[in-house]
Amino acid sequence: MKFPYSEKVLEHFRHPHNVGKLENPDGKATEGSPACGDMVSVYIKVDSETKTIQDIKFESYGCASNIATGSIITDMAKGKTLDEAKLITWQQATEALGGLPPIKAHCSVLAVEGLRAAIQNYEEKHGLVSEKSPTTIEIVNNRLKKIMNPLTGLDVVKTNLIKKIEIDNGKVSIIVDLPSTHQFAASIKEEVKEKIGTLWDVKEIVVDFID
Amino acid sequence: MEKNVYLDNAAATRLDERVLEAMKKYFFEVYAVATSEFGYSLGIEAREALEEARGVIANKLGAEHDEIVFTSGSTESSNMAIKGVALALKEKKGKHIIVSKIEDFPVLNSAKSLEKQGFEITYLDVDQHGLVNFEQLENSIRNDTILVSIQHANQEIGTLQDINRIGNLCKQKGVLFHTDATHTFTRIPIDVKKIHANLITVSAHTIHGPKETGALFIRKNTPLTKWMDGGFQEFNKRAGLENIPGAVGFAKAVELVTQEENNKLQQFRDYLIKRVLTEIPNTTLNGHLEKRIPHNANITFHYVEGESITLHLDMRGFSVSTGSACFSKSLEASHVIMGIGGDHERAHGSVRFTFGRYNTMEDVNSVVDNISEVVEELRKISPLGKNS
Repeated sequence: MKFPYSEKVLEHFRHPHNVGKLENPDGKATEGSPACGDMVSVYIKVDSETKTIQDIKFESYGCASNIATGSIITDMAKGKTLDEAKLITWQQATEALGGLPPIKAHCSVLAVEGLRAAIQNYEEKHGLVSEKSPTTIEIVNNRLKKIMNPLTGLDVVKTNLIKKIEIDNGKVSIIVDLPSTHQFAASIKEEVKEKIGTLWDVKEIVVDFID
Repeated sequence: MEKNVYLDNAAATRLDERVLEAMKKYFFEVYAVATSEFGYSLGIEAREALEEARGVIANKLGAEHDEIVFTSGSTESSNMAIKGVALALKEKKGKHIIVSKIEDFPVLNSAKSLEKQGFEITYLDVDQHGLVNFEQLENSIRNDTILVSIQHANQEIGTLQDINRIGNLCKQKGVLFHTDATHTFTRIPIDVKKIHANLITVSAHTIHGPKETGALFIRKNTPLTKWMDGGFQEFNKRAGLENIPGAVGFAKAVELVTQEENNKLQQFRDYLIKRVLTEIPNTTLNGHLEKRIPHNANITFHYVEGESITLHLDMRGFSVSTGSACFSKSLEASHVIMGIGGDHERAHGSVRFTFGRYNTMEDVNSVVDNISEVVEELRKISPLGKNS
């Protein structure tokens, strides 16, 4: 039989490591791929003294590359300090997997981004962000790019669902170009709050719809 | 080799040995070109075989002998139909063509290619089951409309269009009608004496015949410009050396399909759909429940991704396909699933099962057992669907 992936990828795909959710994680993140619709969530438990990753789990709504990369990268991150884990690259993960088809890069990059975002989430929650530059519209916009528009599988920025972003003294106001009765309005609102809420100087988030 | 349960018969089928037997003679004994009746005997024999094969295809459609042109398969047939009509009528009548938005790529991309050359294309919407909106079709036909191309059945979700009604409308409006019957030919009867189609695409690869062999039905007096230049073969409609073994194989494949077989495939389909929808939670049938070809089931398994399902099934010895973007070379989600619901998530977890002659009820049961386990495993690791 000829499968489209290396033995190592298939092994991790068949029996992925560190799968599931952590109760009360110290850091967590969900990343979605605008290109193919895959999603990955990463949860971490961090030793607050040594800043090492004590436990890590991931969940995947994705294809084989996504699952296998999630499996290997959580293996690689476990026991490392946050600073070390942040430096794990997609190249290292793919090498450890014995290579991935180039077209699958974005599905596997997603798992790496998930890990980094979970670490960032921890650092923001614990006041560990070293460079405390004020939040700008650009920063907010970049975070919103991580939110998928479920209708198209593309992010909400690319699909022009974000009509307006305003920042005023810690208050971020966002207008979403959907009626509040829309089936995805509630989930988009929740995701916006999740993505923006951890920024160190954001105190309040208002998400409005176009009614 | 381990046993492989092949359930992707809409993509390609296993050749029937009887088809190969029929073809052999035209590779090794009667391998001459089909000559005119004044040629040498080997060539005359080749020509007779070709014409006999043509007769079988014509008969199956209720067509006249000279209304059938052999081609290299569905892609060529549909290109020939659409581009041939476009070339023939662009000066005389107009440059407007109507297709449905869920057509297979030969039709869809022929239309897109003509669009770039200045033709105007209307892409008809379909409803949640994949049926074209008849009123929209009626309203879209204009004085400069030269062709309506709507498939008989969909390649992915198996939905059958009402080509009888569409054909009547086109006839009444004086517009040519092409239908891609790649996925229905011999499985669903088509009689051109009753169905007002001017052009019909058919193929051997979906019915256990040889690949790269198909035909186009061209109703008499249909304006069609020859677009591939060469010799005068196929009533001067399609240039190129005739594929006689292919034509003979195609005819044999047509003869081998029985109503009994079609009934059997339909049983598989209905049984699989019923088992999956009742036994596996959060599943949605894609396509129409009744207006459907007998050998297709297409189901979305929510909260999981299709390529993960197909790879797991592949490792367990099952071949199926998915409409997920991750499975395709283009990384684009199925335009069909998007067309019927507009939801990326539905395409992401869709799996197509298509049955053929060599499948058994045991295969059907075992694929359901296996997919049930695979989906359960994948849902365990999915971040979605836990709270619903």
